Amino acid sequence: MALGTRRAALLAAGAAAVLTLSAACGTSGPGGSGANAWALTGGDEQTIRSSFESWNSDHPDHAINAEFFANDAYKQKIRTSIGAGGAPTLIFGWGGGTLRDWVDAGKVVPISELVEDETELTDRFLPSVLDTGVVDGKTYALPNNGMQPVLLYYNKKLFDRIGAEPPSTWDELMDLVPRFQEEGIAPFAIGGQSRWPQLMWLEYLVDRIGGPEVFDAIVANEPGAWSHPAVKRAGEMIRELVDAGGFIKGYNSIAADSGADAALLYTDKAAMYLMGSWAYPSIKDSAPEFISDGHLGYTTFPTVEDGKGDPANIVGNPANYWAVSADASEKEKEAATQYLTEGLMSDSYVDTLLENGSVPPVKGIDKRLSTTDDPDYLSFVYDLAAQAPNFELSWDQALSPKQADALLTNLEQLFSGQMSPEQFCEAMDSTIEQK
Amino acid sequence: MTTVTDSRLSDSGAGARRGGPSPVMAAPALVFFGVFALVPLVGVVALSFVYWDGISEMTWAGLANWSDVLTDPATLNAIWLSVQVIVFSWLVQTPISLLLGVFVAGRGRYRALLGVLYFLPMLLSSAAIAIAFKALLDPNFGMSLAFGAESLAKDWLGDESLALYVVVFVIAWQFVPFHTLLYQAGVRQIPASLYEAAQLDGAGTIRQFFHITLPQLRYTIITSSTLMTVGSLTYFDLVFVLTGGGPGDATRMLPLHMYLTGFSSDEMGKASTLAVLLVVTGLALALGLSRWASFRRGSQLEGA
Repeated sequence: MALGTRRAALLAAGAAAVLTLSAACGTSGPGGSGANAWALTGGDEQTIRSSFESWNSDHPDHAINAEFFANDAYKQKIRTSIGAGGAPTLIFGWGGGTLRDWVDAGKVVPISELVEDETELTDRFLPSVLDTGVVDGKTYALPNNGMQPVLLYYNKKLFDRIGAEPPSTWDELMDLVPRFQEEGIAPFAIGGQSRWPQLMWLEYLVDRIGGPEVFDAIVANEPGAWSHPAVKRAGEMIRELVDAGGFIKGYNSIAADSGADAALLYTDKAAMYLMGSWAYPSIKDSAPEFISDGHLGYTTFPTVEDGKGDPANIVGNPANYWAVSADASEKEKEAATQYLTEGLMSDSYVDTLLENGSVPPVKGIDKRLSTTDDPDYLSFVYDLAAQAPNFELSWDQALSPKQADALLTNLEQLFSGQMSPEQFCEAMDSTIEQK
Repeated sequence: MTTVTDSRLSDSGAGARRGGPSPVMAAPALVFFGVFALVPLVGVVALSFVYWDGISEMTWAGLANWSDVLTDPATLNAIWLSVQVIVFSWLVQTPISLLLGVFVAGRGRYRALLGVLYFLPMLLSSAAIAIAFKALLDPNFGMSLAFGAESLAKDWLGDESLALYVVVFVIAWQFVPFHTLLYQAGVRQIPASLYEAAQLDGAGTIRQFFHITLPQLRYTIITSSTLMTVGSLTYFDLVFVLTGGGPGDATRMLPLHMYLTGFSSDEMGKASTLAVLLVVTGLALALGLSRWASFRRGSQLEGA
């Protein structure tokens, strides 16, 4: 009998320990309104951080507690949290396919329904950027940082050395490859190991050759959309560039997250670098004299002969976005809405973004651009994004996560020659019906 | 790993009947094992029969995930890569750690010092090791620049035919110290009298190694091999940080394939199926190895 009670007590103790553990994991939440926001470290972290800090000191009853996470880890954490009903009030995202997933699962609320007058929320933003936060005609997400078009950066010193001009057509680009190689300079830097930098080449080439309709058909899940001649031609051109030695030796071992790809450009090892506009602040941070001495050039992606796409089209991320969680309480939603109306993209918010080398997607800031440290560059990015007939969201964000994963894996095999352009089209076509 | 504990458990169970500690002492451990191992396992089995992307409603899939996974070339590729890693890891690690273990087990102050140096990698986390090697292997800024040797500037992690071997090498760098420790302990268990007798009979160092050390280490070899083989099925963190499964799918081994299917492609059902497959393979391997070992069980001090 004594053994019986002892056993019961031990079991109870064990169970209590387990319960305590699980309870400890479940409790969280700050004071104030209880509203919280998760965003990314790096990039525009400081802008977002200081915006919440000043908001909280001015509006203690509508305070929002912000936490910051590293990019890749965040992408997986946020999905698990949303699925488990533990999402933050304000969810940081990219728009596109991911946002559509959240909307379809009923995990985010239309921001337009939280306010009486929708225009006070949306009026200040550039419509093309706002669009990425719209699903089925309703605004679900608002831009919270700078526009991120993909640009062709180049090293002016190296271009001077061989007496060349930056390429404006694909043929010029291909002609430059052997000229740089003769000088022992790699034509292009790329962080192949991170896989997504390779995607930028496919995005631009498909757009230049076939126009935005090609990818529109892919996003619409039209059968055989990946076998469009423009995709195949883009694949062939990528193979031609790789075979000609366009990318730096060992490019598949270079990771973009360590900044080793950008370093190749400013250490004079590579002449050109195709990257999103977020590369500028990080180069400014790592090699400020490279920019201040005027060695960094930037231009748009070259045109392709007989291509249907408008050369003014751009690809990249229009911005990042805030969405409001459907699981949040009324009080939390109220705090979030008030912040989105009054705190987001306020004058000081816009100024901080500009200071850090980011271009906010708001209307009528042309004049403010000229008073910054980098007026030429910021105006270039602003005009490029504001005047683009089509600003295409990065494909890995626009597609469903499953298709995006297949795309990155297959594209890497296209680059390395394990897959032919035809095989690439076929492999991607097989992902079409899956949803 | 599980089976090693299991066989010990049954031994101590026999001891309990002879008046050892009551099995109730194991209750807290059993409760934790149940909550953190059995419950999730049952959950994963259940998930392998549904379609679920992590946030939408689950829908019944029947055996669709299973037939998908078992016919998917990506799974076969992942299994084939895992088999290669198991075989190569064993072939690389076993001789090195066996010889190092024998060497370090010997007497002499300098050996103790060397032993400490050999064990250093054990102190580092997999993530730290992966990040360090990634920096070293960078073709432009890595060891080729540090040592000024152009021949080291290879596309180590970006070449499909090379990446897997580099991964096996880094895994070996991380785990050889652990297995060396096992062998060192094994060697120190061998009675000195065996060597004294052999010396009297005029056997040299090499003969002693092949006729005394190696046979006496039989069970250590089996233990170390079991840990190595089953461990190879769980190498995840190191590969995840080092290559992320790339280039292409050249290092997308089974555990990594499971993770990416679940948390990158958001196919939780399919990922759960892969997880069940991993558990079954791991258990089968561990059980098979220990069965084989106990079938051949003889006296540890055979010939003494």
